[in-house]
Amino acid sequence: MTAPVLQAEGIVAGYTADLMILHGVSVEVAPGEIVAIIGPNGAGKSTLIKAIAGLVKVSAGRIAIDGRETTGTPAHLLAAAGVAYVPQTDNVFATLSIEENLVLGGVTLPGRQARARIEEALARYPMLAERRRQKAGILSGGQRQMLAIARALMTAPRLILLDEPTAGLSPMAAEELFGLIRGLVGGGAAVLMVEQNARAALRHSDRGYVLAEGVNRIEGASDALLADAEIGAIFLGLRPADSEGLRP
Amino acid sequence: MILQHIADGLLSGAIVALGAIGLSFTMKILRFANFSHSELLTWGAYFAVIFFAVAAVIGGGYGTPIAPFSFGWPLLAALLVTAALTSLLAIALHHLVFARLNRMAGHMTMVFASFGVALLLRHLLVLIFGPAPLYYSSALQFAMLLPGGVRVMPDQVFLLGLTVVVVIALHLFLTRSRTGISMRAVAENPDLARVSGVDVGRIVMWVWIIGASCAAVAGVMYGLTVQLRPELGFSLLLPLFAAAILGGAGSLYGAVIGGLAVGLSENLSVMIIPTTYKPAVPFLMILLVLYFRPEGLFGERR
Amino acid sequence: MIGLVAYLVFFLIVALIFAVAVLGLNLQWGFTGLFNAGVAGFLAIGAYTMAILTGPSREAVLGGYELPFAVGLLGAMLASGFAALVIGLITLRLRDEFLAVATFGIAVTIQLVCVNWEYVTGGTLGLISIPNPSRALADGPFAQNLIYLALVAVLAGLVFVGLERIVGAPWGRVLKAVREDETAAASLGKNPVRVRLEAFVLGCMLMGLSGALYVGFIGYVSPFDFLPIVTFQIWTMLIVGGSANNRGAILGALIVWAVWTGSGFVISKLVPPSVQAQSGAMQAVLIGLILVVTLLFRPRGLIGEKIAVSRHARD
Ligand SMILES: Nc1ncnc2c1ncn2[C@@H]1O[C@H](COP(=O)(O)OP(=O)(O)OP(=O)(O)O)[C@@H](O)[C@H]1O
Ligand SMILES: [Mg+2]
Repeated sequence: MTAPVLQAEGIVAGYTADLMILHGVSVEVAPGEIVAIIGPNGAGKSTLIKAIAGLVKVSAGRIAIDGRETTGTPAHLLAAAGVAYVPQTDNVFATLSIEENLVLGGVTLPGRQARARIEEALARYPMLAERRRQKAGILSGGQRQMLAIARALMTAPRLILLDEPTAGLSPMAAEELFGLIRGLVGGGAAVLMVEQNARAALRHSDRGYVLAEGVNRIEGASDALLADAEIGAIFLGLRPADSEGLRP
Repeated sequence: MILQHIADGLLSGAIVALGAIGLSFTMKILRFANFSHSELLTWGAYFAVIFFAVAAVIGGGYGTPIAPFSFGWPLLAALLVTAALTSLLAIALHHLVFARLNRMAGHMTMVFASFGVALLLRHLLVLIFGPAPLYYSSALQFAMLLPGGVRVMPDQVFLLGLTVVVVIALHLFLTRSRTGISMRAVAENPDLARVSGVDVGRIVMWVWIIGASCAAVAGVMYGLTVQLRPELGFSLLLPLFAAAILGGAGSLYGAVIGGLAVGLSENLSVMIIPTTYKPAVPFLMILLVLYFRPEGLFGERR
Repeated sequence: MIGLVAYLVFFLIVALIFAVAVLGLNLQWGFTGLFNAGVAGFLAIGAYTMAILTGPSREAVLGGYELPFAVGLLGAMLASGFAALVIGLITLRLRDEFLAVATFGIAVTIQLVCVNWEYVTGGTLGLISIPNPSRALADGPFAQNLIYLALVAVLAGLVFVGLERIVGAPWGRVLKAVREDETAAASLGKNPVRVRLEAFVLGCMLMGLSGALYVGFIGYVSPFDFLPIVTFQIWTMLIVGGSANNRGAILGALIVWAVWTGSGFVISKLVPPSVQAQSGAMQAVLIGLILVVTLLFRPRGLIGEKIAVSRHARD
């Protein structure tokens, strides 16, 4: 049995010392797995992702990547260790050219390898190659998302953290992106993604967690969650069939 | 007459431009207005005094002037050494004061502490070197007569050329090297840079090194073409801020164009206002820019 | 003995005049988080306005209106307040640093104007023979100084009580809300720019009052009374005393002024005459050290804000 790519246990974290947002969240992602985190606005989904990426200080709990404890490791070292993160907003450097955005993605790699990966990325996304010297600020929402993911993939990461990757995309573009995400985990990498669109997220993931008020309430296989009437009632906007409240 | 003012403006503007580069970068990347930046110019200029004194003891001293300039090869060595020493001073200040306050208190306290640091640095120089003006060399230099009746010192022409070289070097650094590209990335979005793998602490060191080195060069050139006084930097503080704000925080070309614009406006202003009010011109420029275009010419609107 | 008491009275007058300016600065920085780097400039505006309004008439110099002392004080406050309004309207809607740069700029510019606009300011000679109201009320410098001390103490006390009321009132809570979190304050329906402007202007008016009281006491004004070092002194007073605490502001004024005059005395005794020129620099280094060390090791000053650790300006 291989170690999970990500193992986070009892994470307590917040932006200031006196106000915690997460009160003991645990998630695990196995190699090759796509895991979705869903939950209402302000539940702490983005905060959890940022804590895993090293941007928000973890006050208690532990995080391990590929079995090695990384709690408290600075973000830039996590990036070098194979954690990639695509934030919810401002996920490209608008004042840098598209090529320079990719340079940033490969900043932890040896120079020669980075240059080779940039060419690979540009070959894979002709849309980016056409505009390689233009500022990323001119890109449309969907194009930015693509550049952000291309930037994150430059290091061939083990763990890919995606915060609302389909926000603002057309349904068709979102489907396309989910297809792309499915392709990412082929080589044993893992994806942890936050989604507003819970139904779509569960359809395109293997497992899911429901986060509310800074703790994870429910977890399970995505298709089971999708079929679960309670979750449907609370998060998917379906008619409540049963209103006995949440199972812990 | 107006041509002479333009020439003088470009020459003093070059010094302001060099000084403003560092100020503009710290304003953008360290996110605070560093009132002690101008003291780095002064310290750079005085480090060169020490360098020449040591060089005189070892032998060589100020060197044989290379005509038509007033200085010889040792000046270039002095520029490198003072840039290194001034960078060390800036990094020491960062660790002793600014980094700590940034963790503890927040950026306005840093602005304010920089005010105290400026006072300290300036008066330490008065204590060490005395308040009287100094000169690197007592050699007299004759002005060159350019077409249009414009007179300039050969040293000033050297300064202008050196500024161009520094700006080109910085341009290449910022657009071609990974460290330079990372620096621009940190300026725009530090968190995204961090998760991409940029060590922001290392970039901050580079900001200080670049800012302090440019400041040292500007200080030495000011000492060479004007004179050395402990108030050298302080008298340039408002022009530096005017240049950085006019250009837009974080913009290399903004700082350079801002610096030249400040130098030109100061020197052209004497055609309409009494010379004694010249130092107020940068202040008026600051107010105008803040009123009409607070993000500066090349800055991002936030 | 009487010499010592006389000196103490003199000391207290100057320290309390400073305290008025420190209270103004405390309103700006301590309670609202505004960085004013041009305190000396606002003091100078107040001082010169006082001199022009109440001074004796003389040739080739504007002013000499020989107006009453109280009118001078009021005029000084209005003039400083007006300058603050202009600066504030331009910069307060922008990033915080811009206020710092602009106030620094106004201090430099006012210094220039004081030195060079002889018609109004008397140039480097300054303006002399400004009447001190205590001269008409008693004989002898000691009694006169006692009267002036009483006047300054009453005014400083009024300012203190007024400010305590203000910061305790709803407006004071809005100030702190603006300082801590501008967006939250805005969501309370308060216009943060407006609130900051009010605090900035009021604080600068107190600095104008302080400058006017100084001129009224010393009897003359010269541009060299308002060098940038004065801004540092006043800032150090606030930081040492403890910002966001009006008692601290007054305490800081007394302590730092004692250190300043005391160190000046000691240095003049200890330092050989050949380097007397540098003694001012030693005092300045001392002030700078006190300022930076207090910020680093005792950021709340001797008596800081009453609430627990402030989240002041952390962003
Ligand atoms: N930078 C920040 N500083 C302080 N508090 C923050 C910050 N970012 C978010 N918060 C707070 O943390 C809580 C959780 O926010 P978070 O962004 O993690 O929620 P979320 O589940 O991602 O919500 P959404 O669906 O809106 O993206 C919210 O109360 C929010 O106000
Ligand atoms: Mg979110």
